[in-house]
Amino acid sequence: MYNSGKIIAGLVVFLAFFAFPFYYNLGKANARPEPKLNTPVIQQLAEKKCVESRDFMRSEHMQLLNDWRDSVVRDGNRIYVNAEGKKHTISLQNTCMNCHSNKKEFCDSCHNYMAVKPYCWSCHIQPKEDKS
Amino acid sequence: MLEKALIGSKRYWIWIFVLLGIIGVGFIAYLQQWKYGLGVTGLSRDVSWGFYIAQFTFLVGVAASAVMLVIPYYLHDYKKFGKIVILGEFLAISAVTMCILFIFVDMGQPMRIMNVVLHPTPGSVMFWDSVVLSGYLFINLIVGWTTLGADRKSVPPPAWVKPLIYLSIPWAVSIHTVTAFLYAGIPGRHLWLTAIMAARFLASAFAAGPALLILLVMFVRKVSKLDAGTEAIQSLAKIVTYAMIANVFFFLLEVFTATYSGIPGHAHPLKYLFFGLDGHTALVPWMWTATVLAFLGLGLLIFPATRQNEGILPIALVSVFVAAWIDKGMGLVIGGFIPNMFERVTEYTPTATELAITVGVYAVGLLVLTVLYKIAIGVREDTAGEAEHH
Amino acid sequence: MSINRRQFLKIAGASTVLGLGGASVVNSLKRGGLEASQMSPDPKGLVAKRWGFVVDVSKLESEEDYKRCADACHNIHNVPVFKNDKLHEVKWIWKEPFENTFPGTEHEYMSHEFKEKNFLVFCNHCAKPACVKVCPTKATFKRKDGIVMQDMHRCIGCRFCMAACPFGARSFNYLDPRGKDTDGTPLIKVENKTFPTRMIGVVEKCTACYERLSIGQQPACAEVSNGAIVFGDLEDPNSEVRKIIATKYTIRRKPELGTQPSIYYVIGGSEHA
Ligand code: SF4
Ligand code: SF4
Ligand code: SF4
Repeated sequence: MYNSGKIIAGLVVFLAFFAFPFYYNLGKANARPEPKLNTPVIQQLAEKKCVESRDFMRSEHMQLLNDWRDSVVRDGNRIYVNAEGKKHTISLQNTCMNCHSNKKEFCDSCHNYMAVKPYCWSCHIQPKEDKS
Repeated sequence: MLEKALIGSKRYWIWIFVLLGIIGVGFIAYLQQWKYGLGVTGLSRDVSWGFYIAQFTFLVGVAASAVMLVIPYYLHDYKKFGKIVILGEFLAISAVTMCILFIFVDMGQPMRIMNVVLHPTPGSVMFWDSVVLSGYLFINLIVGWTTLGADRKSVPPPAWVKPLIYLSIPWAVSIHTVTAFLYAGIPGRHLWLTAIMAARFLASAFAAGPALLILLVMFVRKVSKLDAGTEAIQSLAKIVTYAMIANVFFFLLEVFTATYSGIPGHAHPLKYLFFGLDGHTALVPWMWTATVLAFLGLGLLIFPATRQNEGILPIALVSVFVAAWIDKGMGLVIGGFIPNMFERVTEYTPTATELAITVGVYAVGLLVLTVLYKIAIGVREDTAGEAEHH
Repeated sequence: MSINRRQFLKIAGASTVLGLGGASVVNSLKRGGLEASQMSPDPKGLVAKRWGFVVDVSKLESEEDYKRCADACHNIHNVPVFKNDKLHEVKWIWKEPFENTFPGTEHEYMSHEFKEKNFLVFCNHCAKPACVKVCPTKATFKRKDGIVMQDMHRCIGCRFCMAACPFGARSFNYLDPRGKDTDGTPLIKVENKTFPTRMIGVVEKCTACYERLSIGQQPACAEVSNGAIVFGDLEDPNSEVRKIIATKYTIRRKPELGTQPSIYYVIGGSEHA
C-alpha cells in the first residue's frame, strides 16, 4: 500500500463534500408537509373525493398526470373514467386546479419539501391566490 | 497515458489557462442565454437556425476528414501517414465534441435532449444524425486510444480494432452525408434542395479538414520532436487540392442550374448571397471574400512550385479553410432562410452573446484537441527516444 | 397512452411494497373497477376523417374582418403579441397579401388591388406534413383526424420543423411568452385561464382548436369569420367544405411541394373569377 494516508484523507474530503446536502438539512425541514384541502370548492363537495383514492393520488399523481397529458394532447381523449366508474374531464387547469385552487398550500407544500420542481406551471396557468 | 497531459512547459500551461478563460466567458454567456432564451441571439422567426447550426455543419466536415488519413494508411498501406493518423483521429474527436455542444446550445429546451432517445423517430434525419455522430465519437475514441496505447508499448494494435478502423471509413462518410440530408430533404428551401448537397459537403470537408490538419501538423513539428515528414504533408496537400477543385466545381454546378434555369426560387438565395436582395446585403462581402480566397487557395495549391514551398503552403491552406468556413459556416445555413417563405427578406446577424458562446465552444474543442495532441506527442516522443537508445 | 391494466397493477403493487398504501387500489381492482379506468374522447366532440378549411377571401372585406379572426385565435390561445419586436414574433394566424401567400403566382399585369389583396394564413394541417417528418421527438405529429398537433411538453426546441415547413406557419418562443414587451406591457394582455400558455424554448402554431373540437365547438377563427372560414371534413363528400370545393375554383399554397395542404382558398372577389 502506498500513500494510503493520502487516499484516506482524499476519501474523507470526498465524503464530506458529497454528504453536504444531508447534514446541511439535518435538523430542519423535517416537519411533514400537510397539503391543505380546505378550498371553497372542496368544502362544497358532497363526497370529498379526488378522481382516484387518496393513497393512489398521493403516490401516483405524477404518473396519472403524465398519462392524462399524453391522452389529451396525443390521443384527443379527455374523459377519464376512474376505478369507480365515475367520469372526469381531464384537465390540469380546469379540473384539478378547480378543486385545488390553493396551489401554494397544496401542490407546493409537498413539492418544496421534496425539492422537486415540476415544469407544469411554466405553461399551465396557476389559480389566482392571495399573497399570504 | 493521461498523465502526459499534466506535464508541460510554461507555454503549454499558459495556453491551457487562456482556453479555460475563454471557456469561462462562453459559459457565462451561455448562462445568460439559459436565462433569457434564444432571444439573446440574432435568430428570428424567419432565420431560425444561424451561427450555431452552421458551425455544427462545418465541424461535422472537419470530423469526417480524418478518413482522408485512415484510407491511405490502413487501406493502401501508405506508411508515410503512420505518424499522423492519430492526429487525424484526435482532431475528429475534438470536432465531434464541438458538434454536440453546438447542437446543445442551439436547443430551446436542452434539458429535454433525452427525448430524442426516449421517443426515437427513425423518420427524422436528426435522429439519425445523433446516432451516427455519437457512434463516430465512440469509434474514434476507441481506435485512437488503443492504437496509441499499443504504440506506447511498441506493439502492433490488437487485432480487434482493425474492423473498427475499417468501419470508421464508411461511418465518416455517413456523418457528413446524413448531415447534408438534414438540409437536402426539405421541400421549399431551394438553396438546400439539391441532390449534390451531400457530395458538396464531403468535398468541402475533405478540403477544409485536411487543410486544418496540415496546419496542425506543421505547428506540432515546430513545438515538438514529432515530425510527420515533408512527404506526408505534401500528400495531404494534394488531397486538399483535389477536394477543393471538386468543391468549387460542385458549387459552380449549383450556380449554373440556378441561374440558367432562371427559376426564381432557385436563383433568389444565390442572388441574396452574392449581390443582395431587395437592398439587403449583409452576406455579400463575406461571400466574395470566400470566393477570392477559394480561388487564391486553389491557385497556390495547383501549381507544384507554390504548393511545395512550405512558406506559401500555409497561406493556401488558410485560404481554403476560411473559404470553406464562410461557405458552410455562414452562407449555406443562413442563405437557406433568405428569402423567407413569403418571399421577404429578414436578415440575420449574430449577437455578441452568440459569438461569445460560439468562441467558448471552439475553446472547448481546442482544449480537447490540445490535451489529446499533448498525449499523442508525448507517447510518440517516448517511443522515438527509445528507438534511438536501442 | 393510457394506464393499462398491467401498468396499473405494477404501480399499485409497487406502492404497496413501498408501504405507501396501495392497498385500497388493489381492493378496488379486485372488484373489477379498474377495467373502466380508461380515457376516452368526449362524446360531444366533433369527429372527421380529415379536417380541412376553406377560406373565402371575398368575404373578408375590411381590416376589421382579418383582425377579428386573428384576435379570436390569439386571445383564447394565450398567444403573446409582440408589438415592436417582429424578429421574435409568435403568431398562429395572420394576413398576408396575395403575392406573399402565393409567391411565383403573381404577375406584372395583375391589378394592384388583387396583388395586395390580403389572405388569412395559418397552419395548413398538411396531409403529408414536412414538419412531422423531420421532428426528432414526435413532438409534432399527425392525429388520425388530420390535425397536425404540437406537443409542447415534448418539444426540445430544435426548430427543425421551422426549417422544414414551407409555409412559415411555425413560431418559436425566443423569449418568455409570459414576459414583457419592449414597452413594458405584458405580451399576453389578458390570460385565458382555461388554456395554457407556452414556455420559453418551444415551437408553437395553430392546432386547429383541438381543444374546442373535442367539446363540440368550431375553431375560434371560423366561428367569428362570418362565413369566410369554413371548417369541415374533407373526406366527407356532403360536408360544407367539399360542397364549396366542388362548386368554386379553389387554390392551395405551394401544392407543387407535395405536402398536400388542407386549406383551400376561394379567390372570388369579382364576377369573372
Ligand atoms: S403548414 Fe407547415 S406546420 Fe402546418 S402541417 Fe404543413 S408543414 Fe406542418
Ligand atoms: S422544435 Fe420541437 S416540434 Fe419542432 S422539430 Fe424540434 S422537437 Fe419537433
Ligand atoms: S383553427 Fe383555431 S388555432 Fe387554428 S388559426 Fe383558427 S382559431 Fe387559431
